[in-house]
Amino acid sequence: MGYVLEVKNITKRFGGLVAVDNVSMGVNAGEVVGLLGDNGAGKSTLIKMVSGVYHPDGGKIFFMGQEIRITTPMDALALGIETIYQDLALAENLNVYSNIFLGREKLKKILGLIKVLDHEYMLVESRKVLKKLEIEVPSLKNRISMLSGGQRQAVAISRSMYWDAKFLIMDEPTAALGIAEQKKVLDLVRLLKSQGLGIIIISHQLHDVFSVADRLVIMRRGEKVAERITKDTDPNEVVGLIVGAETVKR
Amino acid sequence: MDPNHSSENKKGFLIFLGRRWALIFLILECLVFSFTTEAFFSLRGIQIVLFYGTTIFLLGTAETFVIITGGIDLSVGFVMGFASIVSAKLVVLFTNMGVSPGVSILVGVLLTWLIGLIPGYVNGSLVARLNVPPFIATFSMLGITHGTSELLIRGVPAKNLPYLANAIGNGYFIYSVPGKVVSFFQKPEIQRGELLLEIIPNMVVIAFVFILIFAFILKNTKFGQHTYAIGGSTDAALRVGINVKTHLIKVYMISSFFATLSGTVYMLQYVTGKADAGAPFLLDAIVAVVIGGASLYGGIGTVGGTILGCLILSVLETGLRIMGVPTFDKYIAVGVILILAVLIDQFFPELIHRED
Repeated sequence: MGYVLEVKNITKRFGGLVAVDNVSMGVNAGEVVGLLGDNGAGKSTLIKMVSGVYHPDGGKIFFMGQEIRITTPMDALALGIETIYQDLALAENLNVYSNIFLGREKLKKILGLIKVLDHEYMLVESRKVLKKLEIEVPSLKNRISMLSGGQRQAVAISRSMYWDAKFLIMDEPTAALGIAEQKKVLDLVRLLKSQGLGIIIISHQLHDVFSVADRLVIMRRGEKVAERITKDTDPNEVVGLIVGAETVKR
Repeated sequence: MDPNHSSENKKGFLIFLGRRWALIFLILECLVFSFTTEAFFSLRGIQIVLFYGTTIFLLGTAETFVIITGGIDLSVGFVMGFASIVSAKLVVLFTNMGVSPGVSILVGVLLTWLIGLIPGYVNGSLVARLNVPPFIATFSMLGITHGTSELLIRGVPAKNLPYLANAIGNGYFIYSVPGKVVSFFQKPEIQRGELLLEIIPNMVVIAFVFILIFAFILKNTKFGQHTYAIGGSTDAALRVGINVKTHLIKVYMISSFFATLSGTVYMLQYVTGKADAGAPFLLDAIVAVVIGGASLYGGIGTVGGTILGCLILSVLETGLRIMGVPTFDKYIAVGVILILAVLIDQFFPELIHRED
């Protein structure tokens, strides 16, 4: 079986700067790929082309074997490619279930013509998806601002899952969390992987990446400099690759 | 009882007070005025509160929508004045053309409501499409509508409105001679010495029809939900595919619609148009929204809360007037309340905002 998501020779330029230079990589279903690199290495630009924020200047993107054109973030969402950014993009003033359904609210008709929010439906459905992901939140009616960092991350993930994500991109999912919460989020990543999702994780926390990723892709100055099977490498080698201390084996 | 527990209790009590202070304050206010004046606690007194409150109810509702998105609309007062003049001019124009007073008023008012959407569209476009800060965009609109109003009347107040305008603007929804007649809108003939009850001013009825419709929209519809989402996090709204620009333009148009509505109400109540008709109420409107529990940082607020805030101000104004105290004191009180409310919002948000 081929990759669920694959980019081939993808390139992005900002003026004279080549942010992503001719990069190819792929992710299988049920596989976690860690995308590593120093600041400015081009990781974020690369994933933003997949999530529809940027348009590639060259190269192709394939999803489930088909070449796709993603021109807006909504295109990516419609395909089932969900991105969870570092800042999570939750509306902190709304409650948990409203965030899960934000932009895709379930409506019901009253008096046969007026469409209003169906709170009951959204509450029940949200409870289901949280339960499936073994996520515990005090109350689904609590505002997001009442939740801890890990709970917010979990809500962001469950939002993606409810909308039938087939592919998940996570930008620094553990950066702002305490140790116990980091572990919970990583457990959640493993659970999603076992359910057959393809996942890309961007993280500076090598320890986290090593504990969940099957494969590592390392970028430096816009180029892909190495790809490693996680169990065949070690953090020292990877750090070397990230900063460019070692001879690069392509 | 251990000290920890008692400090928890104390905090719980503060939160209890903090989240209900407006209601408690309103009740206290009513009690004080009921005991210190004879006229306040009466059908008449209550209706005066509502009659003078109409303007702040409408401008407060206008401001609620904008403030929830994290913006502010400083133009509502002069958009209201502009609408009062435009509607007065139109009604006089139609009557002079020989159109019957009823039709002149209806068409004049409806046309004004349409014209009144323009300042909102411009405000919203400046804010949403050209990234002009709401403060600057609407402050400029304040000047533009003020100047346009003055140009339209050139120092002479709009006058010669048909008598019917006064009858509508100062009429009541229900008239009743206890035990004999109940009539809607029409003032019945009465014998001398007979008691005629006049219940709920027409303009209050009209105001609340619109306020309730928009309160419903804000609370129960997708549009309302997206309004809150934009106020909470514009990024979050953008990433789930909400058309933030269009939405903001609509919100500013709602605001200027309510200001315009208030202008036409003013025209009917006072049978004239005046450029600065709404100017003194801008501060009141914003303060009412904040008293009602909204956050000037956006994302939080309800129309119900705003109405509560409006009632507090309107009761204060009416009560002081009945007592014969100059209402300048009110401006000071209102200014202080605004600063206090914003400080509490900034440093102890959990005291005033609910968790769900």
